[in-house]
Amino acid sequence: MHKLLLLGDEAIAQAALDSGISGIFAYPGTPSTEIIEYVMRSKQSRSGAIKATWATNEKTAMETALGVSYVGKRAMVCMKHVGLNVAADAFVNSAVTGANGGLIVVSADDPSMHSSQNEQDSRFYGKFAMIPVLEPSNQQEAYDMVHYGFDISEKFGIPVLLRITTRLAHSRAGVLRKPERKQNEIRLPSDLKQFILLPALARKRYKGLLASQALFEDEAEKSGYNQYIDADDKSLGIIASGIAFNYLKENYPDGNVPYPVLKITQYPVPVRMIAKLERECKRILVLEEGAPVIEEALKGLLSKNLNISGRLDGAIPRDGELNPNIVALALGKPDTRIFDMPAIVVGRPPSLCTGCPHIDTYNALNTALSNFSKGRVFSDIGCYTLGALPPYNAINTCVDMGASITMAKGAANVGFTPTVAVIGDSTFTHSGITGLLDAVNDNSPITIIILDNHTTAMTGGQKSAATGDLLVNICRGVGVPEEHIKVIKPLRKNHEENVKIILGELNHPGVSVIIPQRECIQTLNKRMRAKFAEKEKSKKEV
Amino acid sequence: MKIDIILAGVGGQGILSIAATIGLAAVEAGLYLKQAEVHGMSQRGGDVQSNLRLSDKEIHSDLIPYGEADMIIAVEPMESLRHLPMLSKKGWIITNTTAFVNIPNYPDKEALMDEIGKIPNHIALDADTIAKDVGASKSANMVVLGAASPFINIDYSLLENGIRRLFISKGEDVVNFNLAAMKAGRNITEEKLKDSR
Repeated sequence: MHKLLLLGDEAIAQAALDSGISGIFAYPGTPSTEIIEYVMRSKQSRSGAIKATWATNEKTAMETALGVSYVGKRAMVCMKHVGLNVAADAFVNSAVTGANGGLIVVSADDPSMHSSQNEQDSRFYGKFAMIPVLEPSNQQEAYDMVHYGFDISEKFGIPVLLRITTRLAHSRAGVLRKPERKQNEIRLPSDLKQFILLPALARKRYKGLLASQALFEDEAEKSGYNQYIDADDKSLGIIASGIAFNYLKENYPDGNVPYPVLKITQYPVPVRMIAKLERECKRILVLEEGAPVIEEALKGLLSKNLNISGRLDGAIPRDGELNPNIVALALGKPDTRIFDMPAIVVGRPPSLCTGCPHIDTYNALNTALSNFSKGRVFSDIGCYTLGALPPYNAINTCVDMGASITMAKGAANVGFTPTVAVIGDSTFTHSGITGLLDAVNDNSPITIIILDNHTTAMTGGQKSAATGDLLVNICRGVGVPEEHIKVIKPLRKNHEENVKIILGELNHPGVSVIIPQRECIQTLNKRMRAKFAEKEKSKKEV
Repeated sequence: MKIDIILAGVGGQGILSIAATIGLAAVEAGLYLKQAEVHGMSQRGGDVQSNLRLSDKEIHSDLIPYGEADMIIAVEPMESLRHLPMLSKKGWIITNTTAFVNIPNYPDKEALMDEIGKIPNHIALDADTIAKDVGASKSANMVVLGAASPFINIDYSLLENGIRRLFISKGEDVVNFNLAAMKAGRNITEEKLKDSR
């Protein structure tokens, strides 16, 4: 069969299609976004044979996938690492309900924070929920592990976490496909109480989950994904998890490492294999992309006598993603740099696009706030976070999805006014509506600016759950008084008028919502290009 | 055979199209390939890069080790220097000379060219103007790819096929613009190499 050239994300999506999923759900988040997008472009999705939709947030996506699993069909749910925090309630409890149809949760971690607020390691969540975790080292393994993940999910009746990181998600390589599998028929769990987590029932299910741990460990020893690769030089034994394995091999001709290597790509950790490595080798080096999950487990609290190196003793930096050079230095090899970056090169941070509607909103907001002391603008996650940078310097916080409204409320509740929350349309529906309800119920004196650019812009223009009139109606429905919902058009020519409207609401001692409505310049350009191409085509046909 | 390439530019300048063209050619040539891209926040006018690795043997790392890139292909002059620690001793820099100025502290352009001139193996060309001259003003990226093509050990016709496959959905005209742009870039390097012999 011909190899397909696929991003890690796309390999996962192709495998989901080939292993007979019935549904896939996600909220956009770098580096996970391309998984569901690939499925959305597929024949199966366009014909309606597979349900592939954006969810309002990761929690609703996770729960929808769990519903698919409940009726016996296979489902996948995809998110970035911090999205798993949002989905965590459903995720952790799904380990207790277990799965009926195969269920894979994909969490894409972002070590080095290329596009994120932190670099948390999703393997902790897998251990916390006590479910099997798969951590592919390359695109082919990512593809294969989706098939395998659905197998063990159905075999053990448990959701499986597939953890990838940025470099695998966004790197392309050739991938060989496996034969396609049919979707499952609807078949409810044999025990119709399986998914009822009433305490009495949940206790029983939890004991079952605890008892399954030995089975999961055994599976991780035997599945073949964890490999003990022996070698003669026992002065060092190396544990390499996920893509760290590739960086290790890169450092030796033809990938022949002279030391015994334990490649870990499936969890719970294969204890027997680790014990063998520890027994046979003088010293152990642990290479992990992300947090020192394995290293910490090995060291425990008191076992200081074990000779283990890794992120905890500084052999590898404690933060940031790995690369072949970091691994080389940990192996005692020389720095291979020849040229340095010349001092003339300056940073080029990302910035708001020319013509972006947020620019006009921030200019108006900055003018409106110019007579107040600084530090009043609580913002959120999206393109508009770039308003933190010069020349705007317009916002003071960015913490998590939805935190703008609630943090502004907290500040206002203890006497700091006026306070402003700036949040995008997609972030508002993701996690802002509940905060708005809190503010309305408390009649908190805050001004909320919901930037409605009709899309989820930062991740590439995905469909936003509520824009335009629907967004206005949500604010009405939550209880914001009609006279304090102001829709404005963020354009330079409207600057004076917009400043006046913002100033008016800053003076209001209750909840105000201002909604600047104008389409994202990127999606607008894309639409115009498509329209133009369509016109040209029809001209030629005439 | 192994070719490690760093592609550099600013978000939106089309480095992923260069990567995709080389990638399609490499697959047709039966080579192994790994290509790490930057998606997400940086694409909004920030610096972007891609690691492209081709080999007739299995490739392990998605990232090129420091000091091992055979070339840096840059669509923007300052960006050609950002990833210099990746370049090997005998590596080539192939860069556009047209600056993309979207920051207030963009360095002096002549000083930048001097810095590029310090790299023993370099090709610097005004890809934007060359693209305009061949009527393909949006294809400066393909001019730069063309200028790099003599150093990429893949049959040139395969790169042409790559462009055809990449752009065919956008129409015959777009394919031809890009082919012309790539050829114009290639001619410049071939002339320069002739002169230096």
